[in-house]
Amino acid sequence: MNIISRLFDYFAKKSKIIDENAQIAKQKQAKMGKLTARERIEAILDKGSFHEYDLFVEHKVEDFGMDKKFLPGDGVITGTGMIHGHPVCIFAQDFTVAGGSLGLAHARKITKIMDHAIKLGVPLIGINDSGGARIQEGVNSLAGYGEIFYRNTLASGVIPQISVILGPCAGGAVYSPALTDFVFVVDKISKMFITGPEVIKTVLGEEISMEDLGGAKVHSEITGNAHFFAESEYECFEMIKKLVSYIPWYNGKKAEKFPPKPPKNELKIVDIIPKEPTQPYDVRDIIKSIADDSDFFEVQEHWAANIVIGFSRFDGETVGIIGNQPMVLAGVLDVDSSDKAARFIRFCDSFNIPLLTLVDLPGYLPGIDQEHAGVIRHGAKVLYAYSEATVPKITVILRKAYGGGYIAMCSKHLGADFVFALPFAEIAVMGPEGAANIIFKKEISEAENPEEMRKQKVEEYIQKFANPYKAASAGYIDAVIAPDEVRDYVLHSLFIAKNKVEVRPSKKHGIPPF
Amino acid sequence: MEKTILKLDDTPYETLIPKKFINRKKYTPQNNNLIFAFIPGTIRNIYVKIGEKVKKGDKLLVLEAMKMKNIINSPINGVIKSINVKENQSVAKNDLLIEIQ
Repeated sequence: MNIISRLFDYFAKKSKIIDENAQIAKQKQAKMGKLTARERIEAILDKGSFHEYDLFVEHKVEDFGMDKKFLPGDGVITGTGMIHGHPVCIFAQDFTVAGGSLGLAHARKITKIMDHAIKLGVPLIGINDSGGARIQEGVNSLAGYGEIFYRNTLASGVIPQISVILGPCAGGAVYSPALTDFVFVVDKISKMFITGPEVIKTVLGEEISMEDLGGAKVHSEITGNAHFFAESEYECFEMIKKLVSYIPWYNGKKAEKFPPKPPKNELKIVDIIPKEPTQPYDVRDIIKSIADDSDFFEVQEHWAANIVIGFSRFDGETVGIIGNQPMVLAGVLDVDSSDKAARFIRFCDSFNIPLLTLVDLPGYLPGIDQEHAGVIRHGAKVLYAYSEATVPKITVILRKAYGGGYIAMCSKHLGADFVFALPFAEIAVMGPEGAANIIFKKEISEAENPEEMRKQKVEEYIQKFANPYKAASAGYIDAVIAPDEVRDYVLHSLFIAKNKVEVRPSKKHGIPPF
Repeated sequence: MEKTILKLDDTPYETLIPKKFINRKKYTPQNNNLIFAFIPGTIRNIYVKIGEKVKKGDKLLVLEAMKMKNIINSPINGVIKSINVKENQSVAKNDLLIEIQ
């Protein structure tokens, strides 16, 4: 063969894998309302930036007639590319090749790109669209999953890992996304479960549709397995790009700095927070009133909505925000909201993202279901995550900070660098009503007019304790500040804390209350 | 989500209540006198008769499910009051199998 014919041969070989089935693949996927693996990669990455590897990888299986089966790319596309100039490693399972099933060669392509990502310090994006294990490959297929999980764990806290569920992701396959930092799901397309409706019906006699068992809405609202919910694949890709802009390439770097912008929101904190401490408001309005360009990119918006987490920028730099949401369940901490906040705090700490905590909560949610669901061990996660974090920690107490909730929400005692309180903050061991009823129980019950006495004692308690000055006098609050000073204090303290170094006792790793 | 009042520490807070909170499993105290099927399956053997005295830990029946013959033991000392299943009968989850007095 001469050089020219070898070149033609090369193009023919490549075309056989990429182009031959492209049209059929497109039709197959379109029937299910899905894009093809290649279309997905192209839509996520900057135009022309995708560089593919392992195109010619083939499986070596001979059993069950597999030796006669040619599976282009063994059902997965891997490579590197850019998102808004950020490098990323990416893999996308191809459902049109043997149902995107995971065989050993398929898994090895994925683990190879994962090894690249870890070694080179770039984020990993995995697009899952697979029927599950390739049964013909037996235990080798299981080995493939195991090797992926192992690398997910090694990569955890080293590089950001993003999973995109764009089709079925069932059985063992779900555990790779579960080990990653952010999971994206798309309405009517994503399906995640350990055992599917068929098995559940046979074993338990319970009937449920795939959508109701493990659809995008279920994982965004009920289980908390997903972090971002999109209506369409293209909306999902825009969200991925936005997320990548907030996070660093790896744990040795900071997130990219953007040009600083003032908040565009005209809302003022003093107008957002109702005068009555029992009246609700949307804490996201507070965030928008202080963040650069009034921008807030919310994570897990639909799950455990009594706490709000997400990313904003201050002076152009990424900040992770955790805020109690008085609008939902009065902003209490419970099992789910503790899980949600703790994991986010640990992500931010791993990737050098400072934490801003906005506090307004009456405490932990009472209830038999909460106690039996382990609110002790789940609630402890928040304490652990905040105490463990060594990134700059800024806390602003907007209104109520009662009891255990006060301690948990990044109090000075858990190592906050700066704690600020608004003049109408109420920092106390419990709410005035409850406290007065306990402390003045005798006075109230023995009074001629108990109701009148109760009111008087509640008022007395508010005057004496339900304010920021008791805590400020103990030095637990660094400054009591006016509502329109919040952004200034946050900006300044983030700047001052920029070079923060905190040395911790050396250990192999801690044992968080998982 | 529904807008309601949530009372915490004697203080009523006006707030939204998520569906998950409304639909939360209501607590029912455990009753050791009633033996329920903890999993759907098939009753294979019944070792006791009505009126028989049983001690805590005695074998009551075998409930086959998930390819496993699960032995169900008596959680208490007592007398069998009723047996609501027959051998080889299939049962759903939470079906009442045996009542002990």
